[in-house]
Amino acid sequence: MSSDDIKGGNLPDRPTGHSGEVEETGTPSFPDPGLPPHQPRRQDIDEDAAARSERAIAFMFTLSMLATIGFIASFVVIDRTTIVHIWPFGHVNALNFALGLTLGVALFTIGAGAVHWARTLMSGHEIPQERHPIAASPELRQQVLADFAEGAKDSVLGRRKLIRNTMFGALALVPLSGVVLLRDLGPLPEDKLRHTLWGKGKQLINQNTGLPIKPSDVTVGSLVFAVPEGLEEEDHDFLEQIAKAALMIVRLNPDDIKDKRERDWGYEGIVAFSKICTHVGCPISLYESQTHHVLCPCHQSTFDLADGARVIFGPAGHPLPQLRISVNEEGNLQALGDFDEPVGPSFWERG
Amino acid sequence: MSTTDNAKPVRKDPAALKAADWADGRLGIYGLAKANLRKIFPDHWSFMLGEIAMFSFIIVILTGVYLTLFFNPSMGEVVYDGEYVPLQGVHMSEAYKSTLDISFEVRGGLLIRQIHHWGAIVFVAALVVHMMRVFFTGAFRKPREINWLVGWTLLFLAMFEGFLGYSLPDDLLSGTGVRFMEGAILSTPLIGTYLSFFLYGGEFPGTDIIPRFYSIHILLLPGIMVGLFVVHLFLVIYHKHTQYPGPGRTNSNVVGQPFMPVYMAKAGGFMFIVFGVISIMAAIATVNPIWAYGPYRPDHVSTDAQPDWYMGFAEGLIRVMPGWEINAWGHTLALGVFIPAMVFPLVLLAIGVYPFIESWITGDKREHHLLDRPRNVPVRTGLGAAWISLYILLLIGGGNDLFATHFHLSINAITWFIRIGIFVVPVLVFMATKRICLGLQRRDRDKVLHGRETGVIKRLPHGEFIEVHEPLSQDRLYVLTQHEQPKPFKVEGAVDENGVARKVKLTDKLRARLSRGYFGEGGQIPKPTAEEHAEITSGHH
Repeated sequence: MSSDDIKGGNLPDRPTGHSGEVEETGTPSFPDPGLPPHQPRRQDIDEDAAARSERAIAFMFTLSMLATIGFIASFVVIDRTTIVHIWPFGHVNALNFALGLTLGVALFTIGAGAVHWARTLMSGHEIPQERHPIAASPELRQQVLADFAEGAKDSVLGRRKLIRNTMFGALALVPLSGVVLLRDLGPLPEDKLRHTLWGKGKQLINQNTGLPIKPSDVTVGSLVFAVPEGLEEEDHDFLEQIAKAALMIVRLNPDDIKDKRERDWGYEGIVAFSKICTHVGCPISLYESQTHHVLCPCHQSTFDLADGARVIFGPAGHPLPQLRISVNEEGNLQALGDFDEPVGPSFWERG
Repeated sequence: MSTTDNAKPVRKDPAALKAADWADGRLGIYGLAKANLRKIFPDHWSFMLGEIAMFSFIIVILTGVYLTLFFNPSMGEVVYDGEYVPLQGVHMSEAYKSTLDISFEVRGGLLIRQIHHWGAIVFVAALVVHMMRVFFTGAFRKPREINWLVGWTLLFLAMFEGFLGYSLPDDLLSGTGVRFMEGAILSTPLIGTYLSFFLYGGEFPGTDIIPRFYSIHILLLPGIMVGLFVVHLFLVIYHKHTQYPGPGRTNSNVVGQPFMPVYMAKAGGFMFIVFGVISIMAAIATVNPIWAYGPYRPDHVSTDAQPDWYMGFAEGLIRVMPGWEINAWGHTLALGVFIPAMVFPLVLLAIGVYPFIESWITGDKREHHLLDRPRNVPVRTGLGAAWISLYILLLIGGGNDLFATHFHLSINAITWFIRIGIFVVPVLVFMATKRICLGLQRRDRDKVLHGRETGVIKRLPHGEFIEVHEPLSQDRLYVLTQHEQPKPFKVEGAVDENGVARKVKLTDKLRARLSRGYFGEGGQIPKPTAEEHAEITSGHH
């Protein structure tokens, strides 16, 4: 380090130093007794103990070699699908267990040997070394400032203002190209977050059976997940569509529904709400049929399905959007249109 | 041996020496070695915490490179036909499938994956604990403020690096986190939707996010982190390590053992120990069993959805925030999401900027190489403890569902406890910690003046019982009294010679007030002077 060149620095030493703004109260109470004398270790005076240390270290290094051989042997011998029961870990993959343990032992014993070596056989003497102040000496500082001033003068940057100003302008503008290049990272949002696959006449398809849902299929107390008719798992945009269109259907006793609009938008007490939480978009999946509450397992926003899916607890900011449903000629549940408000988390343009 | 050596003619330079000479002629390595080969490193167990971070970082990089050989960061959809029977026939992304293959079909793949994940968990934990050590001992003071910031930035990046990393397998749990991120971005006023569409390449989830995360996770962030890590280490060597106060240890020296061989063997050995322990953890404890979660689908979710621990406090903020939302002039401001998203970096920033606040209050411009005993700076220690309590409360908030199910508590009650607690508990913790520190200072003072309680009861001839106190050694006396006790900063000339109050800058007033809190009467217990000690000890004997 270059600090070695500046000898004889005057770092503030505890007993006398007062170079900062800090005012110290009182004088140092007790003098520094200085470094305590070195206490010899057993290995320093007893050759037998030192030899024992050497053997212990060699043992650990040997163990490491054996563990590495064990690692390679396990890799070759153990079938990767074998599951074994090892107390207290339970059923584990034998290969993973053997590889990890042998590798761990091989590494650990190298480390343990080296540390034991350092602690017992290498010199235990504590040595003091001087520190040097980080900051430059006043002379050096002056010299650097003078050099800088000369360089600055030489550059005529201060005098030729036109160069300076246009250079700053050019340097400020050039990163804009990089910003512009980021434009094609994605399309503009437009109104994509406002629309889902739901529309007038789309049948509600039971997510588990893949069949249209008849009102009689939906019983009080059960929670049914539905997707719009025509959406298949193989579709290239399936995940984007299901992320908005996921629907949950429950049947309530019509008299239990406190919200008039909710009752009107349902069918004989069957109501359909977006499954996507209005907080940050987790799918809501916990339904308590007695209270008609649904709970999002991610952040515990709780909605009252009997009262327009109002938020009754948690961090969500507004109710779950409801889908207007009725029954078509075939007697299956169908949507009467898209959601009338965006589903999922809030965003600036939502309004 | 020695006789044969003597018989031979003088040997030529061995090959290693030749190589060293060759390198010195081109790189000047002898000059470097002169300053560093026998450089002194002080020893203390708490200095090991940073080493754990360093070595776990190295092992995470090594295992990460291995994983890239097998991982396929694509969101292209496939139907699983691999060896893991429960998922056969299931639609999934190639990212998820290749992670399954690493876990089930590459020999040792599961082990390396688990070492990578455990290593990351240990890395961030070690960073936090190391940072606390530096904080409580005042190691961040001049000249190390910049290194504090470098380390702080490493912690900040490490958390995001971890988040990106566990998102890559595209499993149901991590996908939920990626969805949460979309919601958080959408809550940004004005530009939220645009940011989200640009980041995800369209609507959530799209097919771009995993490949984009991948390049950030394996290239951008690790590149920056390795750079910062090198700067961090260079500065440690350049500044020379701090040391705890003790006899012979002053602010202008460093007492310890030389880099070669002692520190080399200890630190190098410790590296292998860290590697070994993490390997054994990966052998015996499953982490992130993505096969049990299933592939991500936006309409599926599992309960107990928890991020890795280092994101837990952010999760807590999100969970306990009330669902405030403002709708006006055709726009929506989702404060319930946006506020926690903004407070999250502030929690970390609060501790990141602390060194600069403290140095402004103390006005101390000197270099500090001797560490503080935490009790001797009660306000700082109290603030650190308060910060930790806030952090832990938010962690509990992030796991409120687990606390509810495991301790049979109401989740609403836990959430309300955290909502109120984050304002109340840190204040209480601050006051309690400060008092404990002052109590410890009093005890130190007592020990210096009256000696150590031996527990031996003596009966005097007239029947009185006394406890025998043993005077402390000179070493202990020095350690307990070596610290500085600064006087609080006072605004000079607040009143002119005629007794008329002058205008005082508001910042000066604030600084004086804070300085009184740190170093005023309630801030520290006057340490015993040698005169007090002499008076008492002479009186006793």
